[in-house]
Formats: sequence, C-alpha cells, structure tokens
Amino acid sequence: MRSSPHSVATAGRGTRSRLGYVVIGLACWFVPDVARADGLDSGDTAWMLTSTALVLFMTIPGLSLFYGGLVRSKNVLSVLMQCFALTAMMTLIWILWGYSLAFDTTGMEANVLGLHSFVGGLDKALLRGVGIDSLTGTVPETVFVTFQMTFAIITPALIAGAFAERMKFSAMMLFMSLWTTIVYAPICHMAWSGDGAFFWDKGVLDFAGGTVVHVNAGIAALVTAVLLGKRRGYPDTVIPPHSLVLTVVGASMLWVGWFGFNAGSALAANGAAGMAMLVTQVATASAALAWMLVEWMKHGKPSVLGIVTGAVAGLVAITPASGSVGPLGAIAIGLASGCLCFWGATSLKQKLGYDDSLDAFGVHGIGGIVGALMTGVFVAESLGGTGLAEGMTIGSQLKAQVVAVLFTVVYCGVLSFIILKVVDGLVGLRVAEDEEDRGLDISLHNEQGYYSEV
Amino acid sequence: MKLLKCVVRPNALEKVKGALSALGVMGMTVSEVKGYGRQKGHKEVYRGAEYNIDFTPKLQIEVVVGEAIAERAIDAVKEAANTGNIGDGKIFVVPVDQVVRIRTGEMGESAI
Repeated sequence: MRSSPHSVATAGRGTRSRLGYVVIGLACWFVPDVARADGLDSGDTAWMLTSTALVLFMTIPGLSLFYGGLVRSKNVLSVLMQCFALTAMMTLIWILWGYSLAFDTTGMEANVLGLHSFVGGLDKALLRGVGIDSLTGTVPETVFVTFQMTFAIITPALIAGAFAERMKFSAMMLFMSLWTTIVYAPICHMAWSGDGAFFWDKGVLDFAGGTVVHVNAGIAALVTAVLLGKRRGYPDTVIPPHSLVLTVVGASMLWVGWFGFNAGSALAANGAAGMAMLVTQVATASAALAWMLVEWMKHGKPSVLGIVTGAVAGLVAITPASGSVGPLGAIAIGLASGCLCFWGATSLKQKLGYDDSLDAFGVHGIGGIVGALMTGVFVAESLGGTGLAEGMTIGSQLKAQVVAVLFTVVYCGVLSFIILKVVDGLVGLRVAEDEEDRGLDISLHNEQGYYSEV
Repeated sequence: MKLLKCVVRPNALEKVKGALSALGVMGMTVSEVKGYGRQKGHKEVYRGAEYNIDFTPKLQIEVVVGEAIAERAIDAVKEAANTGNIGDGKIFVVPVDQVVRIRTGEMGESAI
C-alpha cells in the first residue's frame, strides 16, 4: 500500500494529503541541510507561495469581516481583534512547538501504533533543521511550514464565532494557545504526518482539513458556547447583524481564499490541484443555492445572509473531499451541506437552546462532518471520484471516515472542556455583565469601531 | 411663527420639499428617525431567527414658517406626503417664541 510516490501520484495523489505521500520515497527528507536543489519544482513552489498567501487572506480580513459584520456594532472591534491577535499568536506558537508537534515524524512506522501515532515529537521545535535548502516534497520546507501555519491560524479563529460578544480577551488567548497545542496539533499530526499516523494508517481521507480544521473547530465551538452560556438577552431581545455588507465582503474573500486552502493542499501545481479548485467552486455554488432555496421555502424570502452562509457551508464540506471527488460528488456534497447546515444553524440550535453566536458549530461542525463522511462515498470511481485505495470498499472507507470523525469529536470535545475549565479557574471565561452591556469594544479595548463626532 | 415637525415616509421627502419651496420656504432640517403609530412594524429573519421590528424608519422634517403661510404650509405637506395608507405620518405644529440668525443677529420672522 502506497509503496512509492508514483503509485500514489497515479492512483490519486490527490486522495491523500500533506506530508504523507511526499514522505514516501524520501526517507531522509527531514535531514537538514542536505543539498536537494534538484528536487525543487519551481512551478509547485510558486503555487504554494500563492496558496499560503490566499489562506492567510481567509482569516485576515476574510473571516474577520464575515464575523465582524454579524455582531452588534458595539462588538465589531472585539471580533476583528480576536482574529488579528490569533493570527499573530498562532504564528509564534507554530514556530516554537506547534509545527513540530504536528509534523515531526520521529519514531513513526507504518501501521505501528505508538505515542507518535497521535502527536509529533519536539525534534523540530523552534524549526530546528528547517533551512533554505530543506524540502518537503518538491517545495521548500519553509513554504510548507508557513502554509500549514495559516491553517493553524484560521482553525482557532473559526471557534471565535461561538463565543463572540461575551468572552474575555485574556481567556480567549489563553484558551487558544492551549487548544492549539493540545488539540489542533495532535489531530493535524494524526491526519497528515504520513505513515504511522493514526488516521493516516487507517486510510482516512482528509485532503484539506475536514476533521483537522472544521470538525475540530466546530466541536470546540459547541463546547465553548455551552460552557460560556448565552449572551445577555438571548434569545428574547433582538441581536441582528450590524453590517451584512461586511459579512458578504468577508464571505466572498473566504470563497476566493479557499482555492489556496483546497487546491493548495495538493502541495503541487498539478492535476489534483486543478480538480480541487473545480470541485471547490462547484460545491460552494451548490450549497449557496441549496441554503437559499430551503430558506426561501421555509421563511418566504431568499436572504443575503442565507446565501453567503450556504456558500461557507459548502466550502467547509468540500474541504476534506476536494482531493477525492469529482464535480458530481461536489454537487451532492454542496447540496447536502447547504440543507444540513441550514438545519444545524436554525432548527437544531433553537431546539437545543445553546447560543452559538455566529453558528461556528452549525456551519463548521455540521459541514465538516457531512463532508468527511460523504468523501468516503464519493471517492468511488463509479461516482466520479479519484477511486478508492487498493483493498478499500465504500463501506470500509466510510468506516474509516466515521472513526476519524468520532475520534475527533470525542478527543476535541473532552479536551476543549477540560482546557476551558482550567482557563475559567485561572482568569474566568466571561466578561462582567456591565462590560457585556457596554460592548466589548469599549470595555475591553477602549475603542469604538464607528466613531461619531457627537 | 410656527414650527412644523413633519414625520413622513422616507420617500415623501422630495415631494414635501418641492411643495414647501413653492410656498417660498427657504430652509429645513431633516433627520432619519424611527418610531411607531398605527402602522405595524415588520419582520426580519436572520438565519432562521425571526425578529419583529416595531420601529419603522421615517424622516422628520422640521421647518419654521411665518404666521402668514403657516396654514398653507401645513396643507402643502399634508397633500405631498399623503398616500391614503396607514403610515403616512403626522404633522406637529408648535408655536415658536423667537428665531435668531447666528451670523447677523437678526431676530423674528426676518431671521427664518
């Protein structure tokens, strides 16, 4: 199974992702300072540099504006601040220990379960051994590190949607630094670090981050929303978005940036990247229309917030599938995620009564699970996908996907809960009532988003 | 002198302004306001959450006129802003003690 990079390349190089397939056949790729300039592909590198910038653009300003427009005007800066500060903090954590915990492959062996099946070692802490000449596959490792860093930035930023308008900034920073270390880096390692990694050895397909990014962020979001409690006045008082214009601009930036997220996850400028781009576009369009139509039927009018939220749901759901499915699968995944995320963000939330302020769970949690599971079905060649791996059936692939989703839900759920309890004990999670009433912009940052002369 | 506080539909502004100009009214102050009277509010839906918004957007036009044209000005606004439907608004007529033009210090009707 996956004995050489070539077989992976033909049998669907795009069906697996990240480090896994490039490690194969490059046994000593991680040895520093070995001249391997001949292995570098300038076309691949150019695309990965571009993709990295696109994914950073998704968080600042894409997600920031998407979320910023959804809160009340008295909290707009607090949301922008959370995204911006997380961008800076995650950058340093990634360099110091995050990248190593996620991608160090010391002591890993195919199909052998050990500690390093779940988390990387510290051999690459402080980016030890990552120099100008180190390569990951055909691109400089510096580019790979930065590309992965942008994923480690956006994942915690997604969670911010669940606790908007009421969480302490200090608690948020503390929670996120621990969460990235204890939850994100290990799940990322299990999915993407190659032979010997827990999800990888099970044949789990997660091209660009269905479990790693979206299920992970979605579950953490749900736990945070429940532990923090509802915003004051929710759901009786009116808490409408203060600027859907910002939200539409942000969602559109997310859509564009997502080409870097998904097509960049091929780690090359090749056919897999091209297909990833195509299916990303198709699934997003399908989900946007699905949400719009369902809402139109249920509430009588097609809403702007509805169509852009549907688009994000489609982007989320196609993420794990973007290296495995064809346009047909993309339409199916888009339609399913548009409808199911609508249900998650509206009916489910109201029924269960938690206050997921901006629907981080409803969109990313539900969409991530829908995408991860449907990947296992629509990878099949008969359904237009790149084809199941040798020895796999739709049933066994689906089982692998279910295991990865369930593991992520339980691991992330339990640890997020514990981390939040610890942070609550240390600094308290929630702002004081009067701070919440005045708005976090003034009470936490001494500023206002929209200054008035009077 | 009379102060006319006219709360009207936002799209009535141009007609009201035109009607008052025709009477020789030289200035006015307009503000965006929200309120409710007999007209019901409206429904807004954000991701399935339905909100009943009681306050409807209106424009408030404030204009001061001399006694001589006060009645005609009221009629002009009444006619210009009327659609015959609930929500056309109201005109509040208030006596004005004094008007001062800040630049010149003029007072009374000549300061309007």
